[in-house]
Amino acid sequence: MSTRASGLSDAAVTRLRALGRWPEFESGRYSVTEEIGRGGMGTVFLAEDEELGREVAIKIPNALASAELERRLRREARVLARLEHPGIVPIHDAGRLADGRLFYVMKRVRGRTLREHLPAVPDRTERLRIFERICEPVAFAHAQGFIHRDLKPENVMVGSFGEVMVMDWGVAKTVGSLQSAVVSRSLQSESAVPVVSQSHQPQSTVSAQGQVETGVGTVVGTVGFMAPEQARGEVGDVDERSDVYGLGAILFLLLTDRIPDVDSSRTLRLLKVPRPLAAICDRALAVEPAARYQKVTALADDVARYRDNRKVDAYRETVFERAVRFGRTYRTAILLVLAYILMRAAVAFFARW
Amino acid sequence: MEPGEVRSNGGFPATRHSAIERIRDADPETRREAFGDLVEGYWRPVYKHLRLTWHLDAEDARDLTQGFFADAFQKAWLERYEPGKARFRTFVRVCADRFVMNMRQSSSRLKRGGGVQTLPLDFEGAEREVASRGLVTIPDPDEHFHQEFVRALFDKTVQDLRAEYDERGRPIPFVLFERYDLAPVEGVSYAQLADEFNLTAAQVTNNLAQVRRRFRERALDALRGLCGSDQEFRREARDLFGLDVE
Repeated sequence: MSTRASGLSDAAVTRLRALGRWPEFESGRYSVTEEIGRGGMGTVFLAEDEELGREVAIKIPNALASAELERRLRREARVLARLEHPGIVPIHDAGRLADGRLFYVMKRVRGRTLREHLPAVPDRTERLRIFERICEPVAFAHAQGFIHRDLKPENVMVGSFGEVMVMDWGVAKTVGSLQSAVVSRSLQSESAVPVVSQSHQPQSTVSAQGQVETGVGTVVGTVGFMAPEQARGEVGDVDERSDVYGLGAILFLLLTDRIPDVDSSRTLRLLKVPRPLAAICDRALAVEPAARYQKVTALADDVARYRDNRKVDAYRETVFERAVRFGRTYRTAILLVLAYILMRAAVAFFARW
Repeated sequence: MEPGEVRSNGGFPATRHSAIERIRDADPETRREAFGDLVEGYWRPVYKHLRLTWHLDAEDARDLTQGFFADAFQKAWLERYEPGKARFRTFVRVCADRFVMNMRQSSSRLKRGGGVQTLPLDFEGAEREVASRGLVTIPDPDEHFHQEFVRALFDKTVQDLRAEYDERGRPIPFVLFERYDLAPVEGVSYAQLADEFNLTAAQVTNNLAQVRRRFRERALDALRGLCGSDQEFRREARDLFGLDVE
């Protein structure tokens, strides 16, 4: 039994606790400066790349010697390596820490999450522009054969110039390949309650952060932003249209500042969201994948059409609405014609006197 | 592997059976050893809890800490712990609180050394720690108990680590660890340490990585021994290092 004096200060204890997860590199290339994010699968650290003299972000798994987490992290790195798009964070390097854990290095993304950014963007048109920019990398990923599966405002970063990046491809799935296609993340919290049970995987739970976990600890989405087929665990039915649902949920948030629920159509009406926009949102959030936009590009195009004051596919407008839209589109020309007619009428009127 | 280098097992701590399980063992020697491990892990937090939360003076806190563990051993009530109800450290703290209340109610303050098996605990050292931090008010006793538990755990781990490197006749990695992590001088860098110890910066990096890894393995191993269940261990490990341990 110990009989010696203790010498550890509070600072030393704090430092020793941090050492547990602080990445230790065998080469001296990266100097870690701070922890900037922590998710279910891994922690992201800010570091200086001494070779190239630039800041980078480094992601490492939270668990020690976990083959499963390593497999997921490696897969995420490979997904990112294949998705070269301005709206997807580029990966620079990958390797192993001194303790054997895998890590990958990516560009440091500056900005705020979409949820943090929203209060600074009250203008609906600007919000729609942001939405279209979110759709671009997702559509690109679909074209490359990847489905994101966890689209939500926390996974979208908006830079100071309005540039958008879709983050966290850790649960991405390869379209058309179910076997080992799922890249998923471990549950962050133990405080979870069962919410769903389904045939493919026996039980799902939802964490304190709203992320849903299936049977053996894999997250497949986030409540409120997750397509119904994902929530039911119907892995085989998850495809591009599941991401359309996630984007629809983000659009709903952009239009209402709320998370969609079972009565989202009513919410859109109550908040007097323009009918064409509400119809776009409703179609994207349809329970049945067949009733949704079949492609992200179709959704983005419809939003762009609304923004350009053109007819949207999702909404059948009345004659009156068409006339109003026509009036808005050709407002200047109509005003000029009206002014001309009035002027001619005035001239004719005064000529008779 | 260099001569004398400590071989690790790839990040996993060596499996140590929980002391809470071992105090229920049929073999009296196993039970005694397990109890010793528990006392070693918990006596300092208990002592400081009595000093700072109960505001007992040093002598009363010392007597009651001795009395608490002696009573626990004699009456075997630590064995009644049920993992499903609370963390073991919470159980220990609550038991200590009840013990103090019972002592106060019965007005039978323990006489120093009277009828109590004296455990060789370094109360002077613990008292120096209390004095160095001052008799502050503790807003959250459970958090304070946890903090002191972690301090005691790390302190023991650091001492064992030092002994491990000394035994292997390769003290430099530990000295680097001490200089850089335990008591760092403002602005100390890997390059400075490399100059001072006639090493390359890469060697400093590798040595520090190795000792930190060993520290983490040893701390997790010790923690496993002081937790009531695997689930509690995983939760405590996550609290301690922010790491999931499978």
